[in-house]
Amino acid sequence: MGSVASSRPRPRPRSRVIARLPRRQGTLWLLRRLAKAALTIFVVTSLTFFMVRLLPGDPVDVYVQTQIAQYGFTYDDAVAQASSLFAFNSDQPLLLQYVDYLSRLARGDLGQSILSSGVPVTEIIFQYLPWTLFSVGTGLLLAIVFGVLLGMLMAYRRGGVLDDALSALGSILYSIPNYLFAIMLIVFFGVRLDWLPITNMRGALSSGQDVEFSVAFVRDAFYHAALPILTYTLTGIGTWMLLMKSSTVAALDEDYVTAARARGIRPGRIAATYVGRNAILPLFTQMTIAIGFVVGGSFLVEPIFVYQGIGYILFTAIQRRDYPLMQGIFLMITVSVVVATLLADILYSRLDPRIRTSGGEG
Amino acid sequence: MDTAITGTGPSPIAPPTGGRRFWVLSYLLKDRVGAAGLIIFSIFVFLAIFGPSLTQPAVRPDVTNIYGGPSRAHPLGTDYSGRDVLSQIVRGGRSIIVVGALAALMSTMIAVTFGSLAAYLGGWFDSLILTITDIVLTIPYIILLGVLAAYVQLNSPLLLAVIIAAVAWPTLLRAVRSQVLSLKEREYVEAARVLDMGTRHVLFREILPNMANYILINFVIAMTSAIYGQIILYFLGLVPLSGNNWGLMINLAYTRGALFFRDSLWYILSPIVAISLLQLSLVMISRSLEGIFNPRLREE
Repeated sequence: MGSVASSRPRPRPRSRVIARLPRRQGTLWLLRRLAKAALTIFVVTSLTFFMVRLLPGDPVDVYVQTQIAQYGFTYDDAVAQASSLFAFNSDQPLLLQYVDYLSRLARGDLGQSILSSGVPVTEIIFQYLPWTLFSVGTGLLLAIVFGVLLGMLMAYRRGGVLDDALSALGSILYSIPNYLFAIMLIVFFGVRLDWLPITNMRGALSSGQDVEFSVAFVRDAFYHAALPILTYTLTGIGTWMLLMKSSTVAALDEDYVTAARARGIRPGRIAATYVGRNAILPLFTQMTIAIGFVVGGSFLVEPIFVYQGIGYILFTAIQRRDYPLMQGIFLMITVSVVVATLLADILYSRLDPRIRTSGGEG
Repeated sequence: MDTAITGTGPSPIAPPTGGRRFWVLSYLLKDRVGAAGLIIFSIFVFLAIFGPSLTQPAVRPDVTNIYGGPSRAHPLGTDYSGRDVLSQIVRGGRSIIVVGALAALMSTMIAVTFGSLAAYLGGWFDSLILTITDIVLTIPYIILLGVLAAYVQLNSPLLLAVIIAAVAWPTLLRAVRSQVLSLKEREYVEAARVLDMGTRHVLFREILPNMANYILINFVIAMTSAIYGQIILYFLGLVPLSGNNWGLMINLAYTRGALFFRDSLWYILSPIVAISLLQLSLVMISRSLEGIFNPRLREE
């Protein structure tokens, strides 16, 4: 269990776990793989439907409790207000609700949020998802680029001081979960040292700033996303450094590298085309899978920084038991994870022809 | 290159043959990283066992000393109600380590049993296991944990471990399965199959002993995952908030807004550093083991 909300398989910092992939890449294989992906999405969606309803408390409950606790309503008043506010009928048999949900889903209708009454779930997702994609995506990209470069450097300087220092750093960064790192950033730089205006940096944009093509907008977006991006980059980089080191060390041992050296090819060229390209190959699967878990990774970090992306919305939706919104976001996560895994399988065999040609079944 | 992508193959170091039962430990101690990891981890285990009897319990709140800084009486300061942080740290590791080890043991057992059977038997059984694995891997497990936690009394470490193991096995199962698939093609396994030694013999006598190293590394990694899992459960408040526990300390610090007090630094950082150090020691052990079992990664 890596981070959260289905961001489970944190890529391991080693090259050998990379799954053996099916080698018979025929149309039949692809069709079966697609059918399995569809089945997985269907089963997980159904399970999610029932699981969110099995959570203790329902949206009305949660609403009533907060009304009583915060505004001193009597129980009856709070219930009356809740039932007038929400278009939510929990008296309907569960199975009927499920069939209803599926048939709406088939028409592309994710339903409406219970708590922001009348707002379609799709609209909420489209409103908040871009911020998460932007911040987690930037963080992931930076982590991969720097991790791969540092990993290669470590492999070339194997056993040296630099390798030791970077290995230690990589292991430490790998050991800290991203949400604890986020808390440390706030506590240390935001509160204790008072270097960062953490309250100002909340939200996805400053109030008054519109989404537009302008320098001011880009600067503002980066200003608000800076802490999440820093967190994703630093907590993610360890994985890629360690993975790339193992992979590069393996590639450096290959005969074609020795041959290239013997032929007097420049070391820089060997590093880039002979070593680097082969060493990065096993990482592609992990990268594709990591992309599928982008949304899950934001689940705890966004609420901590109060960055209003989809992770923040999911956190609130769970707390308030907003069933349709939870289902919608989880459906999106499920689909992206399944599609990413599928792509990883296909991509990997396309990238490495050796896998396609060798026999056997995986 | 092929081995690097698809798996480890049998260990380059001979498996233990009788006598040297603690050969893994002796190898670990020879490696700097492994030795450091082992020492840190041993300190945590020592504290978990003897810590509570070595320090005063932090029962007495002291409202005159809330979020106190480090002092002679409180080397790590005090918490939101003026209790000593150090004694909470010393006490808070036991359940984390016990549950982590139990959960790792269970998920490793599930993964090894079904992963090797799936790879060895193949056919519909393999497809079934793989499909279930994919589904469990995709389920939003925070919700699953929340649901399970709501219907089971989570006061017992064993149950908590069962619940964590229930969602933690899929990644490991896939790794074990692919490993068995590659070992299945080895000559000695083929020989045993040709001789019709029976599934149980081939699996338990030929294949699994050759994967012992691999399973050991994965057990250590599974333990780090199980520890993360627990901390998340505590952080989200999905398990009963009682007893002494680092996860609980972080949850209380977060929910009580200690984040925004200038003086609460020691109180918040202590459990975070403790958890990260424990995880780091396990990561170091697993990396060192990998270097031992896979000499290509070692310095030349």
